[in-house]
Amino acid sequence: MPAITFIHPDGKSDRVETSGGESVMQAATRHGLDGILAECGGNAMCATCHVYVDESWLARLPAVAGDEDALLDGTAAERRPNSRLSCQIAITPELDGLVLKLPERQV
Amino acid sequence: MTVSGTPASTGPASVPHLDVDPFDMTFFADPYPTHQRLREAGPVVYLDKWNVYGVARYAEVHAVLNDPATFCSSRGVGLSDFKKETPWRPPSLILEADPPAHTRTRAVLSKVLSPTVMKQVRDRFAAAAEERVDALIERRSFDAIADLAEAYPLSIFPDALGLKAEGREHLIPYASVVFNAFGPPNELRQQAIARSAPHQAYVAEQCQRDNLSPGGFGACIHAQADEGAITATEAPLLVRSLLSAGLDTTVNGIGAAVYCLARFPDQWQRLRDDLTLARNAFEEAVRFESPVQTFFRTTTREVELSGATIGEGEKVLMFLAAANRDPRRWDQPDSYDITRRTSGHVGFGSGIHMCVGQLVARLEGEVMLTALARRIAKIEITGEPKRRFNNTLRGLDSLPVTITPA
Ligand code: HEM
Ligand code: FES
Repeated sequence: MPAITFIHPDGKSDRVETSGGESVMQAATRHGLDGILAECGGNAMCATCHVYVDESWLARLPAVAGDEDALLDGTAAERRPNSRLSCQIAITPELDGLVLKLPERQV
Repeated sequence: MTVSGTPASTGPASVPHLDVDPFDMTFFADPYPTHQRLREAGPVVYLDKWNVYGVARYAEVHAVLNDPATFCSSRGVGLSDFKKETPWRPPSLILEADPPAHTRTRAVLSKVLSPTVMKQVRDRFAAAAEERVDALIERRSFDAIADLAEAYPLSIFPDALGLKAEGREHLIPYASVVFNAFGPPNELRQQAIARSAPHQAYVAEQCQRDNLSPGGFGACIHAQADEGAITATEAPLLVRSLLSAGLDTTVNGIGAAVYCLARFPDQWQRLRDDLTLARNAFEEAVRFESPVQTFFRTTTREVELSGATIGEGEKVLMFLAAANRDPRRWDQPDSYDITRRTSGHVGFGSGIHMCVGQLVARLEGEVMLTALARRIAKIEITGEPKRRFNNTLRGLDSLPVTITPA
């Protein structure tokens, strides 16, 4: 199953084994990862599942949809070109090894 | 209350029939034992009292919320089926709508209440919370419902909407009618509707563009009509959605949080030790008390749900509050734990209709609990809390408390 690495703001990292049919946000919360709040439970309404995608992976992710784009303007931490909402990233086998940086804050 | 194993003449055989009335005063007084019976009876139950299906476990409530094509909202999210009965008021363009109509109106309210907009109102909401706490510290003893849970949202939300100062006393009574009206034709509903005319007249008037001050949420909705996102006749009805759903819900949400923190002093202490827990303390109160207890859906086709076959045109009652305490989903569901991972609770619903005002609610809850915990050492309940009865909303009518400043 694909594994994802989350890098915390202090530089520490967590490797999360994922299972099929879930989003990056779901995998993270299921593992009790600090740093992803997901207040809306993955309904693309809260912008508290914000991540920065490692540059080398950016092009390999599906494009940002309209809803996600608008919500990203409201993230608590600065929006950057590599900002994504982790509930909108479905895990596929191609994402094995994905590296995501966590923002300083989610609210 | 009985659970009969034998098939009754109505409803399918495999579904347990319960003679529970979830809109009855004795149920409201203590719904938890009945919630448990509903969950344990089966994944889908049938309530003979109102001839509706019910789901009380997390998995089924979540499934129904997330299948709007099968479990629709346009036939009403209360007991009344709009296909068979005339709604008591013109239906909501968002709550009581299905895609594609819902998609369009929902986009408008999402934009008006977006995270970006919350950043803009945050300081104002926080300053008002501080002011309210100043006033409460002067008083020492007060009613945590009237003087806090109601007074705070009333001091910011109508202004944020852009409402005129006159007539605001209609707001909470109007919301109370709306939420009673989702229930069955019991006394609560009939009386509420019978007395609703003056409140309805006030609300209809305030939703008009000329009555909403520039810059407020209401004016922003009307501005969306200029953009062509909605028509000029739709705009007032969308403003009405905020008047219906935006005030009394947060009153009960903040009331729930204060009631929890007053009852569980260890959690209050944890919050005082770490104010960053305030937002989750509010969220956990929404899970634990579920200010919005139930909503209905109507089936658009015959459907199988966890082994039960439900025919077309049936009403399905979702017990959000019971799902939020389902031991299949939550560890120690009956304890209020402000460090719990609350993500996934259905107190704000789930799926396409999930509360569009959730960010407003969380902001109010967070800044209020932060202000309280920073300034107050102790909250003691000094009298018997009185419950307020409503077919959909759960909350208190009064909660006498005495506080000790920090
Ligand atoms: C603690 C406070 C609140 C609670 C517990 C709550 C609960 C809910 C729930 C459970 C739903 C889902 C309805 C369904 O699935 O049929 C909902 C929808 C909705 N809420 Fe809230 N709400 C709260 C605060 C607010 C606020 C502050 C506003 C407005 C500013 C608001 C406006 C709405 C609207 C317009 C909908 C309909 C959304 C749609 O159908 O797409 N609510 N709310
Ligand atoms: S979990 Fe809320 S937007 Fe992703």
